[in-house]
Amino acid sequence: MILNTITNGVVLDHIQAGGAMDIYKALNLDKLGCQVAIIKNATSVKMGRKDILKICEPIDINLDVLGYLAPGVTVNIIKDGKVAERRHIDPPETIKDVIRCTNPRCITSIEQELPNIFKLTDKENLVYRCIYCESKCKKHGDIK
Amino acid sequence: MRSLIDIKELSTQEIDELIAVAKDIISDPAKYSEKCKGKKLATLFYEASTRTRLSFEAAMYELGGNVLGFSSADNSSASKGESVADTVRVCSGYADIIAMRHPKEGAPLVASMHSLVPIINAGDGGHNHPTQTLTDLLTINREKGRFENLVVGLCGDLKFGRTVHSLIGAMARYNNVKFVLISPDELKVPSYIKQELDKDGVEYVETRSLEDAIPELDILYMTRVQRERFFNEEDYLRLKDTYILNMSKLEKAKEDLSILHPLPRVNEISVEIDNDKRACYFEQALNGKYIRMALIMKLLGVE
Repeated sequence: MILNTITNGVVLDHIQAGGAMDIYKALNLDKLGCQVAIIKNATSVKMGRKDILKICEPIDINLDVLGYLAPGVTVNIIKDGKVAERRHIDPPETIKDVIRCTNPRCITSIEQELPNIFKLTDKENLVYRCIYCESKCKKHGDIK
Repeated sequence: MRSLIDIKELSTQEIDELIAVAKDIISDPAKYSEKCKGKKLATLFYEASTRTRLSFEAAMYELGGNVLGFSSADNSSASKGESVADTVRVCSGYADIIAMRHPKEGAPLVASMHSLVPIINAGDGGHNHPTQTLTDLLTINREKGRFENLVVGLCGDLKFGRTVHSLIGAMARYNNVKFVLISPDELKVPSYIKQELDKDGVEYVETRSLEDAIPELDILYMTRVQRERFFNEEDYLRLKDTYILNMSKLEKAKEDLSILHPLPRVNEISVEIDNDKRACYFEQALNGKYIRMALIMKLLGVE
């Protein structure tokens, strides 16, 4: 498969090999009616192996979810068969309602409609902590 | 408008200023007796407390102000399921400043997001307790006359002990402070606190032995293993008597050691130590009132 097989849509490239299904689920791509291709273990000069997601419809991607799950991923917006825009996604400083705090002592466990907000506290190791209780999130397991 | 949720929100200069005001209050309390006349403090305590709540209330009364509030969740609409946000929106119309204790971590931060008046975190679960830290700092300052060049031992429940977490954060700012973290493996200091110490290049050691650690300490901060922080009664019973400070353990300690404890004590400091000149925990409880007076004045903008 090559990029220009999509006329209008989104290609998520440079996903860590094995990470595509997590992103597929977190971005609710299973709810889309259009074609979605999951390419696993594609050969990559830069990464050795990588995953790619191709979505054959222009959709709004939740960049916070994507940046949290797959920092370094490339988002290619395809228009009329061409790459109209290419963005490299860095891990977001703050994520709101992407993951939930699993600390049973945290106020988020009882307070009605309180947004779950996490801050990136360690860029090197990509550690996010709940702003309320400062607990470290357990990656991927806490996706809302 | 400014709240105090975490001790880290106060600069070193602000802490020094609060300590200076507290010391001035101690030397001349009459000068401060009408500083908060006409002001009201609401104490919203969702969890039992003796010292913290009463010292906040005594502090406000000694500043000439008034106090309203509740002392357990059962006596408030929280028992009907009211959220922290709603309670605070309402209460901030009744008072000029609010002190909140809550068993859930982060509750005072939520309160500060919705309040029209300053919020003081009076303890949120096992997380933060900044006014206890200010109390501890005032006590250390009055006992030692400095914050630098001290070996600070913290003993007992270092995992859930919020006073420990806040005190480490505050003392780590000063030069040449070394921490000796004395706890069973199950109650060690959380990793995020050690990460911060590593990042800032602050020296610390972890040990299980109070006896081995005691000779080098300038400060020994004892804590209680708290039943209310355990989900499992078995774990609590297994760990509660791990460290008990008695005269025989104190034999190897420095003559000018200062023993602090946020209180209440259960049995972790033997009563025989109360009359030893190194015991500072009852003075510490009294210091809590003075530093809270200084803090209330600061957050209300009273000169």
